Amino acid sequence: MTMPFYVAPEQLMKDRADFARKGIARGRALTALSISDGIVICAENQSNTLRKVSEIYDRIAFAGVGRYNEFDQLRIAGVRHADLKGYTYSREDVDARSLANQYAQVLGQTFTHEMKPMEVEILVAEVGSEPGGDQMFHVLYDGTVNDESGYTVLGGEADSIAERLGQTYDGDWAVGDAVKASSAALSGQERTFEADDLEVAILVRETGRRAFQRIEGDELARLLD
Amino acid sequence: MTLPLFAAGGDPGPNFAALLRSAGLSPPTPDTPATDMAITHATTVVAIRCQQGVVMAGDRRATAGHLISHRTIEKVFPADRYSGVAIAGAAGPAMEMVGLFQLQLEHYEKVEGKALSLDGKANQLGMMVRNNLPAAMQGFAVVPLFAGYDRSREIGRLFQYDVTGGRYEEREYAVGGSGSLHAGTVIKLGYRPDADADEMIDLAVSALFRTAEEDSATGGPDLVRGIFPVVAVIGAQGFERVDDSEVETRFRDLLDSLETRRGDSR
Repeated sequence: MTMPFYVAPEQLMKDRADFARKGIARGRALTALSISDGIVICAENQSNTLRKVSEIYDRIAFAGVGRYNEFDQLRIAGVRHADLKGYTYSREDVDARSLANQYAQVLGQTFTHEMKPMEVEILVAEVGSEPGGDQMFHVLYDGTVNDESGYTVLGGEADSIAERLGQTYDGDWAVGDAVKASSAALSGQERTFEADDLEVAILVRETGRRAFQRIEGDELARLLD
Repeated sequence: MTLPLFAAGGDPGPNFAALLRSAGLSPPTPDTPATDMAITHATTVVAIRCQQGVVMAGDRRATAGHLISHRTIEKVFPADRYSGVAIAGAAGPAMEMVGLFQLQLEHYEKVEGKALSLDGKANQLGMMVRNNLPAAMQGFAVVPLFAGYDRSREIGRLFQYDVTGGRYEEREYAVGGSGSLHAGTVIKLGYRPDADADEMIDLAVSALFRTAEEDSATGGPDLVRGIFPVVAVIGAQGFERVDDSEVETRFRDLLDSLETRRGDSR
């Protein structure tokens, strides 16, 4: 019988975390800001069809960075979870916190038990009836959940982007200001973004049942001007 | 409730009904006829094409046998932003079908990132009616009308179903429920191609009023309690319900004109 080589658990976890972090750092980042009109989510994304930001439920949005197939699988599972829960109980019983916990369970389980951790970071955002009621949960590759307030950044170079955004962030911004600031923070000083480089969506605070709206094309170009 | 994750082979895709089945939440099918039990029935609904799109209307009465079981039920619902569904038949299964249909359309849109085409929606509803056939054989028939604004062709379209899920697109108008014979006749006589929504709302209101006179299961306007049929217009702006106060005004105008006519002949 052959004996497997002994690897210290600390080393095993560190290797897995490094692997996941490397995968995520290769991807492009996204920002989410809570402002008076709602929650604005901006992602650097050249594709018009492969989305990083999506609708989960009436007042809940999902955003992911890292490997597309992995976070898209999580997105669809989230839509299913929310729709099943709303069908079984009621629409108002569907909330971001329980969904974020579910994601944390799956990511944590995969991190410790599977061959390979998921190379993703995800955001579950729920817009409240007033700015103080906004919830943003940032879930990491190992299942760590951070409850963020104000603004948050996911993906590669998150720290430097968050620093740039933090210098100007103001909760009373209009949507245009938030999009412009996010674009500038994501691009850094060497680059500038056009409407085609960004994927922008907003969870509108004052709205009918479905709060999720995409801002695209001419409308986005106008906001960036 | 755990996160529903599936292996690639068993994935239900954008189909909400399949997801419900996999979660064990599908409603059971009755296996014996409902002979001794009074089933609540929803009655007359109409849909008429007009210049802007489609006008849909339904009375508010539900009956169980010869008794009125509800005065205020609604039979006309938005299916999504650009379409509506009106139901006649066993009220419980019908409401369930509408709820599932609404969820199905929204679920598809969210999972796929793109809404179904109007034909896709109409087919989907047809499939739901067909799946209800075993229940229909036991006395729980549901027969919906489906209407929507086709954004690719920029016209309103409407569909009628039979109990087997057969889907029939109508070019002028469609009626459903116990009062369909009378409502259909009134609309047939008053229908004009290219009429605008305003005119067709009046026609729908008058059809429901005339039907309520002839069919005991159809409720007329209830001026004492302030209950009026649900009327909606589906056009380029999407599904818009006509305000109750406006429906009331139209009924009062209709009653006034009938009263004047009686006064003249006296």
